[in-house]
Amino acid sequence: MEKQLLRITVNNEHHELYIKPKKLLVEVLRDELGLTGTKRGCNTGACCACTVLLNGKTVKSCSVLAIQADGCEIRTVEGLASGAELTPLQRSFLDHGAYQCGFCTSGMLISATALLSENPTPTLDQIKEGLHGNLCRCTGYNSIIRAVRAVGEDKYEEGSK
Amino acid sequence: MTKFNVINTPVHNVDGIAKVTGRAEYTFDVRLPQMLHGKILRSPYPHAKILNIDTTQAEALPGVKAVVTGKDTLGVKQGIWRRYKELCDEEILARDRVRYIGEPVAAVAAVDEDTAEEALDMIEVEYEPLPAVFEPLEAIKEGAPLLHENAERNINVTRHIEWGDMDEAFKQADYVREDWFRCSSQAHVCMETHCAVASYTPEGKLTVWTSTQSHYYIKVLLSDVLGLKENDIRVISRYTGGGFGSKFELDSAQFCSSVLSMKLCKPVKIVLSREEEFMATKRRTPMFYYLRSGVKKDGTFLAKECRVFTEGGAYTAMGATALYLTGFFQAFPYVWPSYRYDGYRVYTNTPPTSAMRGFGAPQATFCAEMQIELIAREVGVDRIDIRRKNAMYAGYEVPGQATIQSCGLIECLDRVEDWIKDRGTLPPYHGIGIAAYGFMSGGIFNWFNTPYAFSSSVIQVNVDGKVDLFIGSQDMGQGSNTTMSMICAEELGVRVEDIRLHMGDTDKCPVDLGAWGSRETLMQGNAVKMAAADAKRQILEYAAAKMSPNIVYDLDIKDRWIHLIARPERGLSYFDMVKEAIRGKDGQPIVARGHYTPHRKGMISPAYSFGVQAVEAAVDPETGKVSLKNCVTAHDCGQVINPLGVQGQLEGAIAMAAGYGFTEDLPMDEGKILNPNLVDYKILRTTEMPETTVVEVETYEPEGPFGAKEAGEGLTNPTAGALGNAVFQATGASIKELPITPEKVLNALREKDKTKK
Repeated sequence: MEKQLLRITVNNEHHELYIKPKKLLVEVLRDELGLTGTKRGCNTGACCACTVLLNGKTVKSCSVLAIQADGCEIRTVEGLASGAELTPLQRSFLDHGAYQCGFCTSGMLISATALLSENPTPTLDQIKEGLHGNLCRCTGYNSIIRAVRAVGEDKYEEGSK
Repeated sequence: MTKFNVINTPVHNVDGIAKVTGRAEYTFDVRLPQMLHGKILRSPYPHAKILNIDTTQAEALPGVKAVVTGKDTLGVKQGIWRRYKELCDEEILARDRVRYIGEPVAAVAAVDEDTAEEALDMIEVEYEPLPAVFEPLEAIKEGAPLLHENAERNINVTRHIEWGDMDEAFKQADYVREDWFRCSSQAHVCMETHCAVASYTPEGKLTVWTSTQSHYYIKVLLSDVLGLKENDIRVISRYTGGGFGSKFELDSAQFCSSVLSMKLCKPVKIVLSREEEFMATKRRTPMFYYLRSGVKKDGTFLAKECRVFTEGGAYTAMGATALYLTGFFQAFPYVWPSYRYDGYRVYTNTPPTSAMRGFGAPQATFCAEMQIELIAREVGVDRIDIRRKNAMYAGYEVPGQATIQSCGLIECLDRVEDWIKDRGTLPPYHGIGIAAYGFMSGGIFNWFNTPYAFSSSVIQVNVDGKVDLFIGSQDMGQGSNTTMSMICAEELGVRVEDIRLHMGDTDKCPVDLGAWGSRETLMQGNAVKMAAADAKRQILEYAAAKMSPNIVYDLDIKDRWIHLIARPERGLSYFDMVKEAIRGKDGQPIVARGHYTPHRKGMISPAYSFGVQAVEAAVDPETGKVSLKNCVTAHDCGQVINPLGVQGQLEGAIAMAAGYGFTEDLPMDEGKILNPNLVDYKILRTTEMPETTVVEVETYEPEGPFGAKEAGEGLTNPTAGALGNAVFQATGASIKELPITPEKVLNALREKDKTKK
């Protein structure tokens, strides 16, 4: 199969690379760009561990061909913090113990980031609905919901440590 | 009471920043130069002879580097019950017979996963199908197909526990009740599937990165099957994406990648697909439970008799332990003056069943607590009172088995009773069910190299006061890295950020049996505490020389301050003292060791956690659907080390155990799992999770570090039973088969209507 040119911006960095057209977005992110923070839990779009932002919207990167993202902006978990400065959501995840093994955490953070950018003050039910697709086997979700809620209630300021 | 500086403060996970920034490197992320990718061919038959395997076509496919079958291995039958040869019955790569659908028969290494996958289709395996048997109650019948030559009537292991005079006790009973229960299977569903990267080099050394709960076990088990010395193998496991009991036995990814790498002298990575994870890794043991219990009319327990048949699947795995523990915990957490348990683990042509969070105890607790609820109603004793009347207590000796040193069960019952009263009257078809439970803080028994379990730890205090802590325990998300750092910091008198933790690497870390059976907090915790105490003693020797107090024991270190205990303001900086001490030692760092082995602590565990859970559920009488509203748990885990960690364990356990109670199951057709994916296998989602309330009932466990005991697995025990009892309270129907599906609820409601008419 002939390789095709993919132009893609990931976490504000521009990349041009030749890929087989059947390559999935998750494969390009992990295998070509070394961004292994994005995980794969099922490869069938059922667990959302591979969630990334594509032009600001969440997609399951195991269910998108990389070539479909040509010309798009991608944000992964590695693109959330700026240097040593974590986002309010990341800090809230730490304080609330909103992860255990951490394997679903990247997808969870991305989904919650998207949720909060669309609706900065979500209700409990909106948080539950917003994260309904993201599977976690460790936490029982409630710590994650508390973490998102605390950010929604403005308990974490942007930029402060 | 001691004032703690670190213990009992909410500390965020020491691996937390790596996890929320995506930098934590799991085995799934490991990538080495020249690395190849492996795939495993698995049996489509539940029972068959392998007549021939032809790999020539697959080997000829461009990109394929090697194909291996059982003939390329030493053919060692292995098992985790290593000291008992007859229980080592699994080859991993089958040579001449397969016994379940999904059993590995060949493995391929190729330049990429797609090529390896393509090659699997080109391997020709000639099978001769054999008659198969899937249900334990069928498999024990005379004439049923036999899975293993030495296992008559397919009985793999039996277990017997008995105390008291059963016949006499039943004669004295005013009320006797018999019930049959059926407990289903459950998949662990770790978010990171089983995976390994094996790299064998011409020096004769093998390094294996793997997702595991015990790097020590994997090293030793690999040495058995590969014919290498234990210490020519290095197992590395920095981050593990969930375990829950599924990752401390040797698995097909570890074994096949090692065999392929030894053949090629190149790194080989194997990641199981989610489908393989469901079809061909181990799972919770299904059990058929017969219970006969006799009580006095005031509700006093007299005697319990139980017989259990478990679906073992094709191999022993950790099933022998689950069989023992389910029998032991069937009597928990109560005083039964007479008790008899007979358990039979039966081979079947299904994927092997083994350890899963709770280890046989969730099944036991479901049956026991459902039956106690029925007994309470029928003898007319309040359901909390009957539990209180028969509750275990500190100082109680389980005859011939264990001594309970700390027990907050009665207080847990009181607190849950208060909560239920506060809820007041519930709407129709709502019910609150309760279940009481207990669990072990690590197993005393060991089947590996020594008769007892063991843990060890090493500490090095460096010239700048920073502490290197070397532990053998494995963090799979449960937070033991944080717990150990906290115990070390508290004992030594420093802060958590002063600790540099070394774990997950057999070349660098002292031995520990790993994270299973809720053993880390107590066992590894004691080893860490002992090492830290020794390091502190050494530092205080220098401090004593410098400060010249009357006796050395007058000194202590708290929060980096070395001081006289009686006059805490008189002291000196920990950092300055360590610097001087090491200068005086010609630059040698201060090194200390700690270990723990539970000698003379009974048969099971040195300490037991206790608790009571109440679940409020609503039943839709039209559809039979059960939804969870609230869940309150009063929990005695001794001294809490990290409140944030305990809460996380509790909520996670509820989600997993509620799944076991009403949504998760592994239905099979002729040995084939019908729902091997995350759409049809339903783990709880955010929207199904109830509100959770934790009530900590603190006790002091003399055997635990700072009085602590287990807080991870036991919490999985009560939920299915509490949920079953909530449905009973809501509808009057007692559903004795897990999971409690809408269909079963509807049938039970119809049955009830019929009997009413």
